[in-house]
Amino acid sequence: MHSFFNPTSPQARAVAGLWWWMFGVGAVIWIGVTILALWAANSGRGHRESDGLTHVDPGTRHRVERIVAGGVFLTVLILAGFLIYDFSVGRLLAEHPPRALTIQVTGHQWWWEVLYEDPDPSQRLTDANEIHVPVGQMVQFKLRSVDVIHSFWAPNLNGKRDLIPGYESTLWFRADTPGVYRGQCAEFCGLQHAKMSFYVVADPPVKFATWRATSSLPATPPTTDTLRYGQTVFMSSGCAVCHNIAGTGARGTVGPDLTHFKSRESLAAGTLANTRLNLTRWIQNPSAVKPGVRMPALPFKPAELNALVSYLETLK
Amino acid sequence: MTSTNNRALPADITLTEADLSRDAAALEETWRDTPGLWGWLSAIDHKSIAKRYIITAFAMFVAGGIEAAFMRMQLARPENALIGPDKYDQLFTVHGTTMMFLFAVPIMTAMGLYFVPLMVGARTVAFPRLNAFGYWTYVVGVLFLYVSFFVNTGPDTGWFAYVPLSGPNYSPGHRVDVWAQVVTFTEIAALCAAVNVIVTAFKMRAPGMSVNRIPLFVWAQLVVAFMIVFAMPAVATGSTLMLATDRAVNMHWFNPAEGGDALLWQHMFWFFGHPEVYIIFLPALGMVTPIIETFCRRPVFGYTAIVMANITTAFFAFGLWVHHMFATPIPELGQSLFTAASMVISIPTGVQIFCWIATMFIGRPRLTLPMLFILGFIFTFVNGGITGVMLASVAFDKEAHDTFFVVAHLHYVLIGGGVMPLFAAFYYWFPKITGRMLGETLGKWHFWLFLIGMQVTFFPMHILGLEGMPRRVYTYLEPTGWGTLNLVATIGAVTIATSVLIFIINAVRSWRGGAEATDNPWNSSGLEWLPSSPPPSYNFLHSPVVSSRHPLWDTTVDMPVLTGLRTDRREVLITTVFDAQPDSRHTSPWSTIWPLYVALCMGLVFIGSVFSPYFVLGGLGASAIGLIGWAWVSARDFHRDLVALPDGSVVERT
Repeated sequence: MHSFFNPTSPQARAVAGLWWWMFGVGAVIWIGVTILALWAANSGRGHRESDGLTHVDPGTRHRVERIVAGGVFLTVLILAGFLIYDFSVGRLLAEHPPRALTIQVTGHQWWWEVLYEDPDPSQRLTDANEIHVPVGQMVQFKLRSVDVIHSFWAPNLNGKRDLIPGYESTLWFRADTPGVYRGQCAEFCGLQHAKMSFYVVADPPVKFATWRATSSLPATPPTTDTLRYGQTVFMSSGCAVCHNIAGTGARGTVGPDLTHFKSRESLAAGTLANTRLNLTRWIQNPSAVKPGVRMPALPFKPAELNALVSYLETLK
Repeated sequence: MTSTNNRALPADITLTEADLSRDAAALEETWRDTPGLWGWLSAIDHKSIAKRYIITAFAMFVAGGIEAAFMRMQLARPENALIGPDKYDQLFTVHGTTMMFLFAVPIMTAMGLYFVPLMVGARTVAFPRLNAFGYWTYVVGVLFLYVSFFVNTGPDTGWFAYVPLSGPNYSPGHRVDVWAQVVTFTEIAALCAAVNVIVTAFKMRAPGMSVNRIPLFVWAQLVVAFMIVFAMPAVATGSTLMLATDRAVNMHWFNPAEGGDALLWQHMFWFFGHPEVYIIFLPALGMVTPIIETFCRRPVFGYTAIVMANITTAFFAFGLWVHHMFATPIPELGQSLFTAASMVISIPTGVQIFCWIATMFIGRPRLTLPMLFILGFIFTFVNGGITGVMLASVAFDKEAHDTFFVVAHLHYVLIGGGVMPLFAAFYYWFPKITGRMLGETLGKWHFWLFLIGMQVTFFPMHILGLEGMPRRVYTYLEPTGWGTLNLVATIGAVTIATSVLIFIINAVRSWRGGAEATDNPWNSSGLEWLPSSPPPSYNFLHSPVVSSRHPLWDTTVDMPVLTGLRTDRREVLITTVFDAQPDSRHTSPWSTIWPLYVALCMGLVFIGSVFSPYFVLGGLGASAIGLIGWAWVSARDFHRDLVALPDGSVVERT
């Protein structure tokens, strides 16, 4: 689920094809040169006592000259082959339709903000750390960063692209097989660079459309007293300053959007499975899970924490 | 500085034994550094300085290795709690900074500072005081980094210190300032060494050593010295000027919010950073050639091709920096130019490897320890070269960039192409430097454990990278499945550590009580094997006169020498650039404490600049006094009144 060796997009497959060629040729060269060097090193062992200088007759010298020149020529030929192959893969990677589903991915220390573009502003959908894409369609990613440099990389789907403040970069791929693919930040971005991962969920188009429709709805209002209390805790104790829950007063943009928080597979940017127990642990002391994380540990009473977690668990 | 024009020299003079021993005693009195602590601190003999340089740089190799060992311990299993992210970030930053700036470049230039004068038949380097200054500057940098590290102020944004992470907003405190100034110290030290090597190799070669007879080690050092001159200013501007002022006085060079550009730093860093790899690697290749020649009992195949390969590599090295930036939004057409250049640069290196294999083939190789390390170098380095060609491909690089695949690649290149030839060189030249042979038995253990440990540590990293493991992560989650290969790599690291420990024990034991070495224990061809082991302070009793590329092999009778240099001054012979014909005599300066003093003042400037601009003013003022002292010429500085005593020894007249 997280490997360059299992490409699931035409882009990643093309690169993997290039890699296996280079690997094969490279392995032959490595073994070949090693054998050649060992053979040459053993070629004159019979004369080891003699300390005089070696003299080479012109015939041998000429032969060796031709072999060396041949080796250099072969090197040039192989490199030319690699170069042409690389350029052709590069062309394929650059091909894309004029219009496609566009997803903005914004890097934050240490999580991913995801925004599905739509001409109709009301249909724009914001999510975090999990990217849903329809299978069989080219998808464009617009990548940017609000703080330091990050790098977006899902090895099964395509190579990486850096998210650099002041620049916008783009990346395209088409997922061909439904599945969940892991990705991880690849540019060192500070204390929690190691725990800044995400999931790409490739769904069949119909399932994707359904997901998108549900996810565009505001959050379901709380139905029981406990849940209502949980929401009050959320609104009054500081959570809402950083987090957004559509349909409520929580409008924070510093942290991940929580409107459909429970529909995600993981929490804390791919660090923990999204279970009630983990969520409680995380809220109680985020720094224990991700030392240095920006989210503070707020002093909740047990009843408050319990209600808060119950409320968050309903945000499907 | 006084110099006398060359006049017609008398032809053949017959020197008696008494003349020779009197000259030797007088030269020793003139050239040796004064004994005692003060004398030690004011030493400027290029061999003393280079020896200290080599030992300090090797200590840095050990320090960087210990940091690597801690990182491998932390990564041995998923979600290990041994080291937290804060310490881990400092560890990998200090490891990279140490290995690149404080070990690899200094040790390669130090080998040059020891051997270039000996190989070209000179008494010393062109600027011995500058040489001492460079060394002391480097020592201040070493101490600054490690004192900071031990008080938890070690830099923590990587040896590449990408902005904005290393900028004032995301790295408050002094950690990154330490990095920026440590880089400054090494730049200055490297530039001092570079100008010394250039002028020594151009103007101080023994008569007859025309450009087509310069030893290949010296060629490599010369080419690298020019690379240093062109590469260091880029990072000096980037780190010392722009990053430091961004941090200290909010210059916003790299801040996009104020019209700066975050990518600019990457261009400036890699314009230096890529040639840096070749600055480490070319001198190592220069060490390979004389070793292969010696143990194959024949001149290297393709001297001219190897010289050309060195120059071509240096030239192309400045045209590939963008391949470190393929994942950034740079136009694709531009990237393909750098792909082509990155592939082309493997051709000159390939030429050198083919030439060495050809030399082994037509020679009669003896598999001594240095030769084993050369074979280890070919085996390991070729792998790194091939993965380097793979990474030149933009398409593949976008997958492999910033993963453990690159970690594997760069260690194959730098350990294979830098450290292995360096170990070969240690075994080969140890007798010349210390006068004793370096032990064979422990040496064999060192070689095999190092070779195997290297492969076990770094080969699995190729696979880890392609399985998605990014670089610079302090931990990884269990479901990733990276645990097993990481454990294997850690076991390999333990093996490497063991082998280096064996080497250190071997070196210390051999230095104290190893078998005594003759002047030319391997029957080599270079001029450095002409004087005694270790060489006297004045290197050569008389300047040798060279008539081939392999003076010690091609001279069947006694080597012709040039006499006429004064023995009561530190007089050196200056020759012409191309043909190395005697040109003039030049008086090399006396030993002095001033280089150390000025280095300390510059330390005050750079370290103080982190805290207050007033330190810059104070330090510059103090170093101005030092520079006056440095340049003050008194008759006694250049001339000592020597008298010969009846017993044949020579002393200064008091």
